[in-house]
Amino acid sequence: MAAVLSAPSPLTATLPEDVVLRAEDLHTHFIVGERAAKSVDGVTLTVRRGETLAVVGESGSGKSVTSLSIMRLLAHPGRIVRGKILYRMRDGTVVDLATLPEKRMRAIRGKEIAMIFQEPMTSLNPLYTVGDQIMEMIRLHEPVSRHEARQRARQMLELVEIPAAEKRLDQYPHEMSGGMRQRVMIALALSCNPALLIADEPTTALDVTIQAQILDLMRRLQRDIGMSILFITHNLGVVAEIAHEVAVMYAGRVVEQAPVEALFARPRHPYTKGLLACIPNPERDRAADGARLMLNPIPGNVPSVLNLPPGCTYAPRCPLVEPRCEGEAPGLVPAGPGHLSRCFRHELL
Amino acid sequence: MTRYILQRLLGMLAVMFTVVTIVFIIVRIAPGDPAAVMLGPDATPADIAALRTRLGLDQPLVVQYLFFLGQLIKGDLGQSIFLDMPVTRALAERAEPTFFLTLFSILIASAIALPVGILSAYKRGTLFDQTVTTFAMFAASIPSFWLGLVLIQVFAVRLGWFPVAGYGGPDASFLTRLSHLVLPAVALGVVSSALITRFTRASMLDVLNDDYVRTARSKGMGEFRVVMKHAFKNALIPVLTVIGLTAALLVSGAVVTETVFSLPGVGNLVVSAVLRRDYPVIQGALLVIAAIYVLINFGIDMLYILIDPRVRY
Amino acid sequence: MAAVSIAPAPRITTLILQRKTLAIGLAVILAIALFALLAPLIAPYAPNKLSIVNRLKPPSGTYFFGTDEFGRDIFSRTIYAGRLSLTVGAAATVFAGVIGITLGLVAGFFRRADTVIARIVDAMMAFPDILLAIALVAALGPSLATVIVALGIVYAPRLARIVRASTLVIRELPYVEAARALGVPTWRIMTRHVLRNLVSPILVQATFIFAYAMLAEASLSFLGVGVSPEIPTWGTMIASGRQYVGQADWMTIFPGVAIILSVLSLQLVGDGLRDLLDPRLRKDL
Repeated sequence: MAAVLSAPSPLTATLPEDVVLRAEDLHTHFIVGERAAKSVDGVTLTVRRGETLAVVGESGSGKSVTSLSIMRLLAHPGRIVRGKILYRMRDGTVVDLATLPEKRMRAIRGKEIAMIFQEPMTSLNPLYTVGDQIMEMIRLHEPVSRHEARQRARQMLELVEIPAAEKRLDQYPHEMSGGMRQRVMIALALSCNPALLIADEPTTALDVTIQAQILDLMRRLQRDIGMSILFITHNLGVVAEIAHEVAVMYAGRVVEQAPVEALFARPRHPYTKGLLACIPNPERDRAADGARLMLNPIPGNVPSVLNLPPGCTYAPRCPLVEPRCEGEAPGLVPAGPGHLSRCFRHELL
Repeated sequence: MTRYILQRLLGMLAVMFTVVTIVFIIVRIAPGDPAAVMLGPDATPADIAALRTRLGLDQPLVVQYLFFLGQLIKGDLGQSIFLDMPVTRALAERAEPTFFLTLFSILIASAIALPVGILSAYKRGTLFDQTVTTFAMFAASIPSFWLGLVLIQVFAVRLGWFPVAGYGGPDASFLTRLSHLVLPAVALGVVSSALITRFTRASMLDVLNDDYVRTARSKGMGEFRVVMKHAFKNALIPVLTVIGLTAALLVSGAVVTETVFSLPGVGNLVVSAVLRRDYPVIQGALLVIAAIYVLINFGIDMLYILIDPRVRY
Repeated sequence: MAAVSIAPAPRITTLILQRKTLAIGLAVILAIALFALLAPLIAPYAPNKLSIVNRLKPPSGTYFFGTDEFGRDIFSRTIYAGRLSLTVGAAATVFAGVIGITLGLVAGFFRRADTVIARIVDAMMAFPDILLAIALVAALGPSLATVIVALGIVYAPRLARIVRASTLVIRELPYVEAARALGVPTWRIMTRHVLRNLVSPILVQATFIFAYAMLAEASLSFLGVGVSPEIPTWGTMIASGRQYVGQADWMTIFPGVAIILSVLSLQLVGDGLRDLLDPRLRKDL
């Protein structure tokens, strides 16, 4: 009977065995009256089993909206208007999350795909104990007793290296520090053993030492559990530490995608190059007085998604711009082994 | 937690003390000699002087105030001028209808306001939401005494479902007395539901965008559970405050509604005392009503302890 | 969060709709005011003209809203009563404004006064509004002026709270501190910097107080502890209609509708003003 229910769907063949998630030509718009903010405008992304794909971009680039589209947690009036989100379930069947009925989506959230958020201070409900919140997740997806759920919750807290886990279970979020709460969020997210973890800027709100600890923890957990991670960040330094593959987003589109070493070694899009130049480099940037660090911000602003330029969206800020860029939008083309770039002039880089 | 309770207790005492002082002042700012006013134009100077002595009006203000405080601590609110009984007894005899009227109207108001407010916030911007917002404003504009009269017209006079007025007389059974409270409680409950609805909607709107609500959704839970368990419990904190404030509205409403329905309650007592210038009764009733209001709000402060662990700390 | 920054904060349609309600509210309250003002021209009968033959007549072409127990025309009386209700509401609002704003400014600027004023304001708000008004009217003796003063005192704390809270914030702003450092007199800082910033919230709150004061006046009149019963008010009209419930329902219905329309339109104006004057105050209330 189970075999009948999980009969291979026609989608199964379309996704290579080692791919967990593939968004294809995803368009997510926020529609208000006549106007549509094209927050995600034709994004294609691939997350491989056991690997981390980092999605990098400034705020407003559409990276968070992409992750919320995958979870189907878009706030009103956001809507997926086109494209597919193919996801391989743990039983091997492939579903399209973009069109899956809400009821089936609910069984996927938390169980198959879990998510952690940027704000550890506000992402946990202040009125329930940490233990209750983790147990709630476990009992939503698995028929276990309260007692078993509590044991599992305690194990999860131990897994994320929270000391005195038993005691912590009965504490409320306000009794914990930000780093501790983010560990709790990770424990919560992993408590049903998801195949894919979406982490939306999980370390941005934390200070640097805590940030490093959390990244270490996530790397270790990935190795031990073998889950895939979709890591959303604006911080290329974090990308270097955690990612296998990187997708750079700009104004709702992926402008470059490559394995992490290739991207850092030779960025093939002027935007990525600009972003890399923004990373403070003490040796390069030390000013004459020997103290101040110089930053090299990219001049100009991200264009409004309500009013995108017709050609390449990066053209207004691009140092390599030529007349063609302003009339015609470049496609995502190969620019090296496993390397894609959305730039007419990527050979110059 | 002990500190929180002590803080609230002290705050309550401070407000009560100020209330007592204000009541004392209000009753004494009456122009002219209260004794003369009370006794009417036919009184002889000797009568007036006697009453002044009885009421302590011949003493300096500070002495009067201290005496007033002293009596108050002893639980003595003085003697009614017209009812020939202590004010405390007059109040006690009329407490029941007022208490139940207030209680039932809070229940009716909450029963209307909480679900409607939650749904309205959840479906914000829809026709339902706009209808609710409009109706809430409309309800807040209706004088409760007018609504009471309309209810009497329809449900008591035309349909005969409920008694027109009164409290069923001294021998009425509890059930009969309750039947007398239905229409007034509905009138008062509907009018005060407006404010609670608007607040429930507003605080639900705040909460529905909170990060932990998104976290709850990301766990894969159904919408009903997300809204009720995670959002509403958080929204309840400000809503409770408003329900506490609405208690003031209800008590005022009770004063008027009791008159409409001829309910022998504290509100009715106050109105007749004002018309007869029975100052001790006015003073006592004001104090008791303000005390009830302050107590309700203290109770709500204590409810926070149950709901919000941050307070319990 | 990207999704939030991209989605426009207030919904444009709602904004327009609320402007529309502002327009409707203004139109209705102005119409009511105009009727009241032009009462002698509009009213078909004198408000106190008795006609025992025509007592308790239902609404008709001759008596639009019917007649009362003395044969007086309810339509004419309703229009005339609007004069008093609007006057009391407006005057009480102004009075509450003067007291409330002064108290709020003083409390916000002088720490020592603040503890006393804040305590009194809290205690005043612990009194149910109508009850406090009744008590004040009882103490001062019922008259038009008393009702206005009483309602002014009742609603002043609401304004005092708002003004105090904003003053506390504004007094810490750099330019106000600078002005103080330069020796600009306190009263001038208050009027120049603080009040100017407070015009919008005060105006909004005043509109609501206007509405509440009219509602409270109606209650006082209904209870018979308000303005002298000689002058028709919506509240006294309903009170006399109370004796004829089931017989002459028009006696209560029409004055009640007049109250609802006035209070509702004032609330619409208040809501609309809040949106219009200060988008930051939008609370989706």
